Amino acid sequence: MRKKLLSLGVVAALSLGLLAGCGGKNNNENKETDAPTQEATEAQEKETEKETEKETEKETEKETEKEDDGETASDGSVYYLNFKPEQDLQWQELAEYYTRETGVEVKVLTAASGTYESTLKSEMAKTDSPTLFQVNGPVRLAAWKDYCYDLKGSDIYNELSSEDFALMDGDSVAGIGYVIETYGLIYNKALLEEAGYTQDDIKNFEDLKKVSEDITARKDELGFSAFTSSGMDPSSDWRFKTHLANMPIYYEYQADNIDVTDAIKGTYLDNYRQIWDLYINNATCDPGLLSTKTGDDAVAEFVTEQAVFYQNGTWAYNDVSELGEENLGMLPIYIGVEGEENQGLCTGTENYWCVNKKADEADIQATLDFMNWCVTSEVGTKALCGVDAAMPSGDDGMGFVIPFKKNLESENPLVNLANEYVAEGKTPVSWNFSTMPSEEWKNGVGSALTSYAADQTDENWEAVVTAFVDGWAEEYAASNS
Amino acid sequence: MEKAIKRYWPIFLIPTMAAFLIGFIVPFAMGLWLSLCEFTTVTDAVFVGLKNYIRAFQDPVFLHAFWYTALFALVSLFIINIFAFAIALALTQNVPGTNLFRTVFFLPNLIGGIVLGYIWQLIFNGVLAKYNAALALNEWYGFWGLIISVSWQQIGYMMIIYIAGLQSIPEDLQEAARIDGANARQRLFHVTIPMMMPSITICTFLTITNGFKLFDQNLSLTAGEPSKMSEMLALNIYNTFYGRVGWEGVGQAKAVVFFVLVVAIGMIQLRLTRTREVQQ
Repeated sequence: MRKKLLSLGVVAALSLGLLAGCGGKNNNENKETDAPTQEATEAQEKETEKETEKETEKETEKETEKEDDGETASDGSVYYLNFKPEQDLQWQELAEYYTRETGVEVKVLTAASGTYESTLKSEMAKTDSPTLFQVNGPVRLAAWKDYCYDLKGSDIYNELSSEDFALMDGDSVAGIGYVIETYGLIYNKALLEEAGYTQDDIKNFEDLKKVSEDITARKDELGFSAFTSSGMDPSSDWRFKTHLANMPIYYEYQADNIDVTDAIKGTYLDNYRQIWDLYINNATCDPGLLSTKTGDDAVAEFVTEQAVFYQNGTWAYNDVSELGEENLGMLPIYIGVEGEENQGLCTGTENYWCVNKKADEADIQATLDFMNWCVTSEVGTKALCGVDAAMPSGDDGMGFVIPFKKNLESENPLVNLANEYVAEGKTPVSWNFSTMPSEEWKNGVGSALTSYAADQTDENWEAVVTAFVDGWAEEYAASNS
Repeated sequence: MEKAIKRYWPIFLIPTMAAFLIGFIVPFAMGLWLSLCEFTTVTDAVFVGLKNYIRAFQDPVFLHAFWYTALFALVSLFIINIFAFAIALALTQNVPGTNLFRTVFFLPNLIGGIVLGYIWQLIFNGVLAKYNAALALNEWYGFWGLIISVSWQQIGYMMIIYIAGLQSIPEDLQEAARIDGANARQRLFHVTIPMMMPSITICTFLTITNGFKLFDQNLSLTAGEPSKMSEMLALNIYNTFYGRVGWEGVGQAKAVVFFVLVVAIGMIQLRLTRTREVQQ
């Protein structure tokens, strides 16, 4: 009896050891030889031995081949924590392709929508932390600056088409923007014409107001509304608490000639109210129901031709492409500011690549090489910029505009619309929302907007102003003390 | 055999203790330490003393979340237990179909909190839309919405515990009371409930701690709208942690306060109900 128990205990202890062995494996960099040796210690020694021999032979063959090709035969590896779920498949494919070409291991992990910050926090605490990650601008950089490798003088920095796309931390280059995006009022040309207007009829806020209120007045006759629902569900509220809120911030920064502030004055908040009123009172749904409307609702309303205008950006092209390229137009978001006839679309970036300073030297080098390859090689740039069949496998590419010298002409029609505005000499509105003091601030403004939409009194608008102005100062103080 | 167990018991404890250590003790100790630090990831903490605790207590939203949660825990405690007990009583009478009903009442408990929250959100907003209202516009809509969805989920679970308790009451006690001329009401309050105190202790403990710890339904049903007015403690901790740069430690400090609070309330409640338990 005792013997049996003893042996049970021994078995338990041994299996624990086995478990520990499995756990340790992940940390081990010698991935190729490691797995076979462990197998060999297990029961079926004889059978596996032959296989392992074969395998190792193959591996060594492969490796010598690679070295013969010998471009970047460094022993580092790349771990990219990707922010954009829309492009996950493309990044996975690109990573695989790169590994096949160069032998450098590239791992891509994509955080689920809205969980980037929490994923980054936990991944960074691990031994195998991401070597390449993203921040969305100066505010997030403040949290991660101790992790940002100085990219000044790196190959990728020298590839930038404009230094505006480098994210600076003092004198060092902490991040590099890798995609330029544009948003505005996407509209359905056919529907606008059916209502009796064209883009030329809309040159400022007054025009936009006239057109949309006219559509609302004839809603039953026309069979569609002016605006898609301005949903305040978390899947959609960023379009208003962040992107639309950029408008008053942008004009205030312009007027005061600053590019960041610790206390916003709210000079243009009456304009913000005007445009918000216009959005919610000329939409497909009652303003009281906005809190329940999602991003998908707005897309559905737009593609089923229930509404003319849909505020979103170039990244949404795949969602709305079924309306047909010739049917899609984009208008600047006019909010009724003096001289806005010359205003273009909102163009900027909130996607900055940062290299993890705390990673191994070899990994940092491998990461820098990978980044550079993405924005200079033929395959890389095609995958990043192209749309139809741009990936090596023939899948659709990412459709980005990249701020690098080797940027390819875009096939994304919304991007081309944005370029037309620039060509016409309109001033693009910069993305100032990356200077918003915190997530809490955005949430505060968003909640206040929702309440105001349901009950549009001056009192409720005061709550928006308070969240905007006082909230800014409070959040700035809270985040910077 | 017994001798062997006496001698080798530590070996048998190793797996459980290791799991407990890795999954519980270490994170808890780290959490305590981190609440005194400023950090971006858990491995680069810088000690800052009690600063985080001061900030946590200065946060008006935290204080609002505190009493809102307390109220929620209290209301859900009564509603869940009263309903669960009543249903358990009904389903231990010899009526046909009790097994089916037990299963049906227990089923909601098998659905995860997030899914449940979203489903109920659709239902509530669907109904409220008829009156041009929505969950996110009023903190009390959110409050009662949470109460309804949590009750729906937990009543079945508590019911099972109560049924087990009811079935363990010896039949002769009831019979003796009946012979002594006690009516149904008197039997309930003077025989059944005193005999049920162990079950009541467990169920009240579970409901009150679940009420305080509620996170998933709160996140999916109201997400704290409007303006954090329906944000409960656990969600407030989570939002503090990720909402602002440099506030991770404050979220951690709130979590420690939260832990102390739940333990204290749990202890008080256990003591209160334990003293009323009777020997069988």
